Amino acid sequence: MISRIRDYDYKYLKKRIKRSKYLLLMLLLPVTWYIIFNYIPIYGLLIAFQDFNLRLGITGSRWVGLMHFRRFFDHPFFWRLIRNTFLLNLYGLVWGFPMPIIFALLLNELRNVYFKRFVQTVSYLPHFISTVAVVGMLFMILSPSVGIVNQIISAMGGDTIHFLARAEWFRSLFIGSGIWQSMGWGAIIYLAALSGVSEEIYEAATIDGATRLQKIRHISLPSIMPTITILLIMNVGSMMSSATERVLLMQSPITFETSDVIGTFVFRMGLGMADFSFGTAVGLFNSVINLTLLFMANAFSRKILGNSLW
Amino acid sequence: MVHDNSFSSRALDIFVYIFMFIVLAVTLMPILHVVSMSLSSSGAINRGQVGLWPVEFTTIAYNTVWAAGTVPRSFINSVYYTTLGTLINLIMTVLMAYPLSKADLPFRSFFMKMVIITMFFGGGMIPNFLLVTRLGLFNSVWALVLPGAISSMNMIIMRTFFEGHPRELEESAIIDGANDFRVLFSIILPLSKASLATIGMFYAVSHWNSWFPASIYLRDMARFPLQLILREIVINNQMAMEMAEVGLFIDHRVSAESIQYAVLVISIVPMLLIYPFAQKYFVKGAMLGSIKG
Repeated sequence: MISRIRDYDYKYLKKRIKRSKYLLLMLLLPVTWYIIFNYIPIYGLLIAFQDFNLRLGITGSRWVGLMHFRRFFDHPFFWRLIRNTFLLNLYGLVWGFPMPIIFALLLNELRNVYFKRFVQTVSYLPHFISTVAVVGMLFMILSPSVGIVNQIISAMGGDTIHFLARAEWFRSLFIGSGIWQSMGWGAIIYLAALSGVSEEIYEAATIDGATRLQKIRHISLPSIMPTITILLIMNVGSMMSSATERVLLMQSPITFETSDVIGTFVFRMGLGMADFSFGTAVGLFNSVINLTLLFMANAFSRKILGNSLW
Repeated sequence: MVHDNSFSSRALDIFVYIFMFIVLAVTLMPILHVVSMSLSSSGAINRGQVGLWPVEFTTIAYNTVWAAGTVPRSFINSVYYTTLGTLINLIMTVLMAYPLSKADLPFRSFFMKMVIITMFFGGGMIPNFLLVTRLGLFNSVWALVLPGAISSMNMIIMRTFFEGHPRELEESAIIDGANDFRVLFSIILPLSKASLATIGMFYAVSHWNSWFPASIYLRDMARFPLQLILREIVINNQMAMEMAEVGLFIDHRVSAESIQYAVLVISIVPMLLIYPFAQKYFVKGAMLGSIKG
């Protein structure tokens, strides 16, 4: 009986495959790409457990178990890297996360449609400027010689500050320029959710005597709450990841005390020093932590808030 | 809408307008300042006279950058990488997204799982680097366009677009004997121009702005894209002095800082010219991405 059902399933599947043969043929190229450029590097993670040698390859290199992980845990920079990565994300979340929400809620209060559209368009602008250019602007504006900020400081009789060479300024500059670049763009999803709220709800509230602040608090904010939750989960889930490319552009050895994060350490060790196995081990450690955090944040949110990614 | 003219409502209006003007100022002033600096004389820049308007207007920095040749060449490289990369992106993304938009595709959930896993977990920087070098792509344009040929996020957005097409369209063509390739290229894609533009622009902007792969895979400076040259000149403080010396040959003195401001503006302006027209596509894509994501 069971074998007859299997036989039937098999025949049915064969029929479906035949009917979709061109669709499957289409998939051939991109699926091959996924295997080569996504799954082979996952297989390549094995070198984290080896004393990898380029000449011998993965099959020929010596296995060393967890040696590289132990090397990382014992590394003098270990705690500094953990602290810097975590704090950069934490401060980024605390300062950067509410900004698009506040911006979207206030934009929603603008009654002049043309002005609203204008502000919105301008606010998207920094999103279209490349990271290199944003960091470049930061370097020029804060330059100790010709930068306008230092010229204002010295015109007022203060001492010029070489902001980008000072470890204590790194986090503020990194997070500030991040907000500058992404606040307007980040508000789009909230604005989309807000535009879905029916005008009648606001009018009913007005008739009941609600002030505009009360309407923001009790109508607008709840309407974007699901979006806020989802984005918050994703942010908490990436608490230990690093915007490596942007940090690489902004950091210099003088500011490593605050600016060296796991991602830049992987880059320096793995590619700079060509210690491939060590770099891979540190990177793998980091992605396992990230994945764990994401699952935890998601489970927490599903239990407590009843709203989750999956 | 019922108009609320109470005191608290007026106060809120004032607060909102102040907030919005601060947003406008903070967004626009740095850009305006950098543009003004690039169009001011080196003397005015050094004396700190330039605010939001050029002082002693001159285009000498731009003339010098043009004459030195590095930046125009990298600009052309970037146009080439962006065009080629986006073309590959679109072909690969469509070939993956279209079959996956069919509910009755065999092994559909297997392929989807295969995609979704890569969104959460991957080999990371070093294994990817080793793969690219192993494939012999080092110091070649393919190292820039092949590893990122599909963005899973964009592919899923594209799939959502395709799912929105009415099925009757395709069914009548299939009854007439057209195969899936014919249906895709002569019926579906012509109907999807707006979606292709949206996804294409997402890809194009990320190619145009990318610098990291080029910095690890390219050796010859003659092949550097604009963003990498921008980093060398403005952030790493290299080449600006040599380029300023080129200025001596064509006209008169120009400082390294003037060069840096001019290169910065050259890299920003193309996107600034395109984005007001392109933003409606982007916003549409960003919203779809957020709903799905």
